[in-house]
Amino acid sequence: MPQVEDTDPDPDPGETTQAVFTLNYPRIQIPFEITLWVLLASFAKIGFHVYHKITVWVPESCLLISIGLIVGGIMHSLHEKPPAVLTSNAFFLYMLPPIVLDSGYFMPTRPFFENFGTVLWFAVVGTLWNSIGIGISLFAICQIEVFGVQDITLQENFLFASIISAVEPVAVLTVFEDISVHEQLYIVVFGECLFNDAVTVVLYNLFNHVAALEVVEAGDVFLDIGRFFVVGLGGTIFGALFGFVTAFTTRFTGKVREIEPLIIFLYSYLAYLIAELFAISSIMAIVICALTMKYYVEENVSQRSCTTIRHVIKMVGSVSETLIFFFLGVVTITTEHEWNWGYILFALLFALLWRGLGILVLTQIINPFRTIPFNFKDQFGLAYGGLRGAVSFALAFTLPDNIGRKDLFITGTIVVIIFTVFIQGITIRPLLKLMNVRKTNRNQETINDEIHKRLMEHTVAGIEDLCGQWSHYYWKDKFMKFNNRILRKILIRDNHPESSIVALYKKLELQNAMEVLDQMSGDISAAPSLISLHEERKNASKSRKKFLSSDVTNMHELLSKNMYKIRHRTVSYTNKHTLPDDITAREILMRRHTSLRRSLRAGSFHGTNAAKMSQKYFSLPMGRSLNSRFPPRRLVHAGDGDIESEINYSSIRHPQRVSSKAVMPLRPLNTLKEVASSVNTVDGQNEEQRGCRRSHLGSNVSRSGHLTSHLPHGSSRNCSDGDHDAWVEEPQNNSDVQHPLMRRPHWLPQKPHDK
Amino acid sequence: MGSTNSTLLKIPNVEVLMQETGFSPAHIIRLHDRFKALDKEGRGHLCPHDFGAIKELAMNPIGDRIIGAFFSPGKETVDFHTFVKILAHFRPVDKDRPKEPNSPEPINSRSNKLKFAFQLYDQDKDGKISRDELLQVLRAMLGMQVTDEQLESIADRTIQEADLDRDDTISFEEFRKACKHKRFTMFRFCIRPGERKLMLTLCHWSSELQDQHEL
Repeated sequence: MPQVEDTDPDPDPGETTQAVFTLNYPRIQIPFEITLWVLLASFAKIGFHVYHKITVWVPESCLLISIGLIVGGIMHSLHEKPPAVLTSNAFFLYMLPPIVLDSGYFMPTRPFFENFGTVLWFAVVGTLWNSIGIGISLFAICQIEVFGVQDITLQENFLFASIISAVEPVAVLTVFEDISVHEQLYIVVFGECLFNDAVTVVLYNLFNHVAALEVVEAGDVFLDIGRFFVVGLGGTIFGALFGFVTAFTTRFTGKVREIEPLIIFLYSYLAYLIAELFAISSIMAIVICALTMKYYVEENVSQRSCTTIRHVIKMVGSVSETLIFFFLGVVTITTEHEWNWGYILFALLFALLWRGLGILVLTQIINPFRTIPFNFKDQFGLAYGGLRGAVSFALAFTLPDNIGRKDLFITGTIVVIIFTVFIQGITIRPLLKLMNVRKTNRNQETINDEIHKRLMEHTVAGIEDLCGQWSHYYWKDKFMKFNNRILRKILIRDNHPESSIVALYKKLELQNAMEVLDQMSGDISAAPSLISLHEERKNASKSRKKFLSSDVTNMHELLSKNMYKIRHRTVSYTNKHTLPDDITAREILMRRHTSLRRSLRAGSFHGTNAAKMSQKYFSLPMGRSLNSRFPPRRLVHAGDGDIESEINYSSIRHPQRVSSKAVMPLRPLNTLKEVASSVNTVDGQNEEQRGCRRSHLGSNVSRSGHLTSHLPHGSSRNCSDGDHDAWVEEPQNNSDVQHPLMRRPHWLPQKPHDK
Repeated sequence: MGSTNSTLLKIPNVEVLMQETGFSPAHIIRLHDRFKALDKEGRGHLCPHDFGAIKELAMNPIGDRIIGAFFSPGKETVDFHTFVKILAHFRPVDKDRPKEPNSPEPINSRSNKLKFAFQLYDQDKDGKISRDELLQVLRAMLGMQVTDEQLESIADRTIQEADLDRDDTISFEEFRKACKHKRFTMFRFCIRPGERKLMLTLCHWSSELQDQHEL
């Protein structure tokens, strides 16, 4: 754009006029245009989510390419050229690392290592199979004179083949989730996408180098194969080293929390760059670095830094990918294409064919080694879900110019990408749904069936977790021992073996949520209460409700949509474009927490059966011993045990509470005053007893100075001193046993250091 | 292997255990390893706290019920025998068990499996699943978006379908009848050869529960 200069009419003649208002475009041109592009891409993203249905049916890459096409169309009609930003350097040094870091950082470690073999099998062997297969077939096609592409050498064919075999099946994960494919498939898809990027880039570099050679000897081939492994392994080791160094560094960042995220990014990027320096696989380096450091870093780093790291990684990664897709759309319209019907169509055909074949064959080979073999539906999902992504395009676009048919290759790649993303991406959901629906015959199930079935599935999953089913027990055990004994001591700052529940709370940032809860002394809770339900029930007629079939269908739908799936962690990594979703985890844990609190406030409730309101049963029966102690006085009400056990827990909590300045039951205990007053209003011996017990609780609490003691006069007659003593003794016996859920996380006292 | 026998010998009453539960020695060893791994403080018994430390179990919507099933009323600890006996519920049914009228039913019979499941619902152990207990389970298994009214209607429908004697609760017999004609298509099975990697075979609750002759 030409420089525009506007001079203000200056009454002062004879002097060089100083422009008051100038426009200096060239100075800011480059950053300005980059910013505009990124902004445009972000608007596109915002736009997609306005109408939720679109993102359900159409994968995000589709939408991005469409927007790119539109913009490209506009630019073409204005005869503008797109900015030449996508150079080889720009892609490999600036755009690829964030994408790969994003995938690597959010890879769930445990399932990944458990399925390590399968993931690598599909990623490495699968990609090799695809590349070589497509390469050879295309070379065969080249020999046919009709198509006029005889000048493409074998090496160049292999190069092209390796470019178009880089799949990104992540887009189909959201579809899988709805069809409830089992979780192992998720991790295979996720891991495959990640590692085949690495393999593709290695192959690309390999074939690039080879394509430049005039003559290829057998010795070279073996050298190349050897080099392939060296590159891969080298990258892995390198990455692990960097991961540990990062973890070690974060050990000392206790006082400088602001730069913690920066350290993570710098080290990861450094790993990438230095790996590039030595020409080993930089993608493997950065991925393994992210994987290894994540575990230790998330323990050393403050909560806010942790959130920052995740957000930034996700942000930069998705921006990078968005830009590439966008660019794809633009380039499609604006560049000169070289079109060759035969070559390109066959390329597309072979890409699909070899992928399908590859999955089939590989699955057959690896199924016997797997705990849960892949069935046909899984295989179809894997094969059909093999969409090509941003990496393919970037690799094609940055081909060196000495490749004769570069434009043909670019066109071919674009065709393959657009076909797979649009056609396969949009149709996979209905196809999978069709395949799935045919198997289950929903209508014959009753509501009973659904509920009992799900309960039993949860039970089996729980028992499996209890038995430690999924781990390769022996090796994992060994590694965990090594980890606990040596690694953690070196790499983690405050190394205390937190119970994993506490770590989970921390991770889910529930700590903050719970404090918000605690501060509300009203009846606000995370879950709807059953108090109202109970009262309604008393009023509701005892007559049988008539259920229309439409009601039943609605119920079925409600259940299928809302019942928690088995092993919720699968849900957390289904979408590549958003942060992992911890909602179900938080719901479950929050609910547990609230039910505990609620039970403490039972006295504020006027129903005859206070137990009803603990809407989530908390069944750790430590309080049962109280039953044996006081049997004659208690009528067995459903759920009385709840209250007992909850009370017991809260009394156990006392020593902990004082020391850790916990806020937890502070406010709720104020409601004990309500108990005291309501004791007089309730009817029935049990209420008074309960009130009595609560008042004991109150008096126990008062010893720690949080409440003024107030033994309600009305109930004291039922509670002798003997009972009181017996009650008090109980906690001390159990004080060493603390339920982790009730214990305040260790790191609470650190909070003042947080900024 | 020599170590197998020595480990077995360390466990008291292991013969009785194997006979009662039907686990093979390799299974018992595997479970013993797991028991020891869970019992971090080496006390020889487990308490709820140890179970609570299993993160995945905590994330299970009915995780605490499962944990509670291990502790019989009044007890606060689980020793190895009880641990194994509870887990024996999940062994596949021995299809070719000789029918002796006087011997007690094996732990992994279909009826006992159903009892275990029933127990998860019926927390106050009165032999009936009341409407409120059902509501609690539903609330545990469903996401937050489900309203109370919807929960209630689901619970009502469930009771309506299963409750035959119209007492507004589901007794064990009614539960068993409701589960009789169903195919629970959950399949879980893991078999890996090799000494320490032997795992349980939890499989096909469906086909066992449907087996007519056991009823």
